[in-house]
Amino acid sequence: MKGLKQRIDKVKPQFEKGGRFSKLHSVFDGFYTFLFTPNETSRSGVHIHDSNDSKRTMITVVLALLPCCLFGMWNIGYQHALATGDIDHSFFHLFFYGFWAVLPQIVTAYVVGLGIEFIVAQLRGHEIQEGFLVSGILIPMICPVDTPCWMLAVAVAFSVIFAKEVFGGTGYNFLNVALVTRAFLFFAYPSQMSGDKVFVNLGDMPAADAFTGATPLGQMASSGTSEAIMTGVNGLPLSFHDIFFGFYPGSWGETSTFCILIGLAILLSTGMASWKIITSGIVGAFLMALLAHNFASPLYPVTYIDPLTQLCLGGFAFAIVFMATDPVTACRTNTGKYIYGFLIGALAILIRCYNTGYPEGAMLAVLLMNCFAPLIDYCVVNSNINRRLKRAVAKS
Amino acid sequence: MANHIKIKKGLDIPLQGKASGTTADDRESALFAITPDDFPGCTWKAVVKAGDSVAHGSPLLIDKASGTITLTSPVDGTVKEIHRGERRKIEFVSVEKGVCTDKADFNTSTEREQIRTTLQASGLWAMMRQRPFDIVPEAESTPRDIFVTAFDSAPLAPAILEDSLAPYLEKGLEILKRLTDGYVYLGVRAGSDITSRVAEVYEFEGPHPAGNVGTQIAAIAPVNKGETVWTLDAETAARIGKLYTDGNLDFSTVVAVTGPEAKSPHSVRTIIGASLKTLLKGAVAGNDTRIISGNVLTGVKETADGFLRYPYRQITLIQEGEHADEFMGWASMNPRKFSVKHTFPAFLRGLTKPYDFDSRIKGGHRAMILSGEYDKVFPMDIYPEYLLKAILAGDIDKMEKLGIYEVAPEDFALPEFVDTSKNELQKIVREGLDNLRKELS
Repeated sequence: MKGLKQRIDKVKPQFEKGGRFSKLHSVFDGFYTFLFTPNETSRSGVHIHDSNDSKRTMITVVLALLPCCLFGMWNIGYQHALATGDIDHSFFHLFFYGFWAVLPQIVTAYVVGLGIEFIVAQLRGHEIQEGFLVSGILIPMICPVDTPCWMLAVAVAFSVIFAKEVFGGTGYNFLNVALVTRAFLFFAYPSQMSGDKVFVNLGDMPAADAFTGATPLGQMASSGTSEAIMTGVNGLPLSFHDIFFGFYPGSWGETSTFCILIGLAILLSTGMASWKIITSGIVGAFLMALLAHNFASPLYPVTYIDPLTQLCLGGFAFAIVFMATDPVTACRTNTGKYIYGFLIGALAILIRCYNTGYPEGAMLAVLLMNCFAPLIDYCVVNSNINRRLKRAVAKS
Repeated sequence: MANHIKIKKGLDIPLQGKASGTTADDRESALFAITPDDFPGCTWKAVVKAGDSVAHGSPLLIDKASGTITLTSPVDGTVKEIHRGERRKIEFVSVEKGVCTDKADFNTSTEREQIRTTLQASGLWAMMRQRPFDIVPEAESTPRDIFVTAFDSAPLAPAILEDSLAPYLEKGLEILKRLTDGYVYLGVRAGSDITSRVAEVYEFEGPHPAGNVGTQIAAIAPVNKGETVWTLDAETAARIGKLYTDGNLDFSTVVAVTGPEAKSPHSVRTIIGASLKTLLKGAVAGNDTRIISGNVLTGVKETADGFLRYPYRQITLIQEGEHADEFMGWASMNPRKFSVKHTFPAFLRGLTKPYDFDSRIKGGHRAMILSGEYDKVFPMDIYPEYLLKAILAGDIDKMEKLGIYEVAPEDFALPEFVDTSKNELQKIVREGLDNLRKELS
C-alpha cells in the first residue's frame, strides 16, 4: 500500500488550494480518507482516541442492513415467480432477478445523494460526511420495487437538499432523510406508490390467474370486513411463518422480521442503536395493537389482526429498528428516548388501524415524532435545570 | 465507617505500560522549571531575573492582580532563564540547582488570614483549584467547602500520596479546615486505609473518573451558582501539613514514567519541574514518541527538552503515529484497535488486556452525530451535550442553567476520548469557562 499512498500523495497538491483541480478537493479528500485513515494526531485535550469514527459507524449500520437487503432481493425474485406462476427456479436465479431489478434504484440513490453531498462539501469547504452511506441504501429498501428511477432521483435530491443540507448537513437535520424521500414519493406520486401493481415486479411476463399484488396490510385495509384473510400474491393464505420470515410483497427491504432481528442484534451489540427507543417502541406498538384488537370493528378491518402479527407486518419493525434509532433525528436524552420510542410505536399502529387511507403508519409516525423529538428533549433538559435551580434555592 | 459512593458511569482505559513498584532516585537533575500556564486564572509577572540567586521556596513569579499569590522556586540555585514566547508571554522560568545562602521562611501561625498569606507566599496556594472556572483560587475568596482527592483513577496513574508525605495529610486537612466555614471532604478509593478526624471521608468505588475531584463534588455536594469550592489533591494537602509541622516546604515528588513507549515503566523520586532530559534518559523506547507530562487524558505534550509539569506525578510515553498510513481503517479487523462500542473485534479480548494507543485521532471531525455517548462516561447530573452546545453558542444564561459552574475541562476528558465525531471537548469547556469569567468580571 506504500506505493499507492506515495502515488496519491504525489497528485495531492493539484487538488489543494491553488492547484489545477482545486474544485475537486472535497471529492479527492473523500476518496483519500476512504483509502487511508487520516494521520492527524491530537493537538489539544486527550492524547488518545477511541478507534470508532463516523465512517466505521455508518459502515456498521450498512452491515446491519445487509441481511434485510439480501433477503429483499431474493424475495423480489420469489414474489415474481409466485405472481407469474413460473416457480421452478434456483435460489440464485431468484436472487439475481431481484438484484438486477433494484440495482438501478440503488445506483440512482447513491449517485444523486452523494453527488449533492460532494458538491455541498466543496461549496462549504467541509469534509464529505458519511451520513448518506446509510440513507443511500435505506431509500431503495423502503420503496416499492417498481419505483421509476427518475422519481427516486427527484425525491432523493429534494430530501437531501431540503431535509439535510439546508440545515447544515449530517448531524444538523431534524427529519430522517430516507423517510422524507419516501414521504415525498408517497405524496407526490400517490398512484405509482400504492395500490396492487407496484409491490411485485412482474417484468414482461403476464400474471398468473390467482394473482393479487396488494400487500397484506393493503388487502386488510380495503377489505371492509371482519372475515378478511391476508393472502400471498398467488392467492393462498399467508401463515404467521410467512409473515415473520417475510415471504410477502411490500417495500422490498422491510418485509422480513427475521432479517430485521439479525440487523437489530448487530446494532445493539455494537452500541449503534438505542435499545431504549426500540424496546419502548415495541411496547408502544404492542399495547396499541392489543387495544385496537380488543375493540376491533369492521369499519377498521386492520384491527382484526392479532398484535404479534401486527408487529411483524409492513414497515413497522424496519422503521423502529433502522429509522427511529437514527441518532440525529431521535431524542438525544435517555428519558426522552423512552417517550419518543413509545409514541412512535403507538402512533404507527394507530395510523395503520384507524386511517384506512394509509395502509401503513410507520413512516408518518417516525416523521411526526422527529418533529417532536426536540420538544421532548427540551422538557427533559428543563427538568434537569429546574432540579439545579431548586437545589440552589434550598441552599440559600 | 466512611460514606461509600459507587460511581457507575465511566471507563478505565486499558493502556499499556503501568509503572512497576520500583522507585529510582533522580540524582542527576540540575535544571527545574515552573510553567505559568499550568496555573490558570492569574496573570503572572516575573519577580526575578536570569542570574539571580534564589532559595527553595522564594518567589519566581507573582500574580499581577492580587500581588500576593506566588509561584516559588522548587530548589536552591540560580535563575537560568525566563523563557518568553510570542508577545513576551512567559513560557517558563528555569532554575539551576546550586547553593543559596538565603532561606525562605514562612509564618506558621494558624489564624485564617495568616494561613492564607503563608499559602499564597509559599506557592502551595497556586496548587489548589477553585470551582467555578477551574482556576487558582482567588486571593480573597472563602470557599463553601474544600474537596481533597486522595486517589487518581486516570489511565496508569500512580498513587497520589506517597509514603514520605502520608503522615502529614491529617495536619494539612486541619489547616484547610481553618480556611472554610463548611466542610473539608476527603475522597478515598474504596478499601483504602486513609482516615481522618477533621475531614469528612467518602469512599469511592468504580471506574475513572471516580478519582476526579469533579466527580466527587457532584456526588457529595454539587456547586450552585454563587458558591465557590476549592479542590486539591492529597499530595498538596500533605505538603501544607508538612509546612505547618516542621516548617519545611517539600517540593519533592515521585513521578511514574508510564505508557506503551516506556522501556521499563517505573517511578522516579525527584523534585517538581524537573528537566525531562535527565528524567527520561534511556527511558524512551521508540523514536516517534509523544512525551506527555501527566496522563493521556489531561496531560500536556512536552518536548524532550521540556520540564515536568503540574501536577508533577506522571509522565506517559505513547507513539505519535503520524506516519501510520493505515489502509481503509474503517474496515479494519485489527484486534489491537480499541473501541468502547464493540465495532472492532478487539472487544473479544476483554478490557483487561492493555492496548498500545498512539496519538492519532483516528477519524475526521464531524458534527455531533451519535447521542448518549458522553453520558455513558460522565457521572454527573448534567447533560454534557447540551452544556457543550450552550458553550459553543456562547449562551451564558443556558450555560449557567445547565451547570457550567460545576465542571472543569478534565471532567470532559472521557467524553472526548469516546467521541465518534472527534471534537475537542476539553478545549471547548476551557474556552467557555474563560469567556464566562471575563463576562462576569
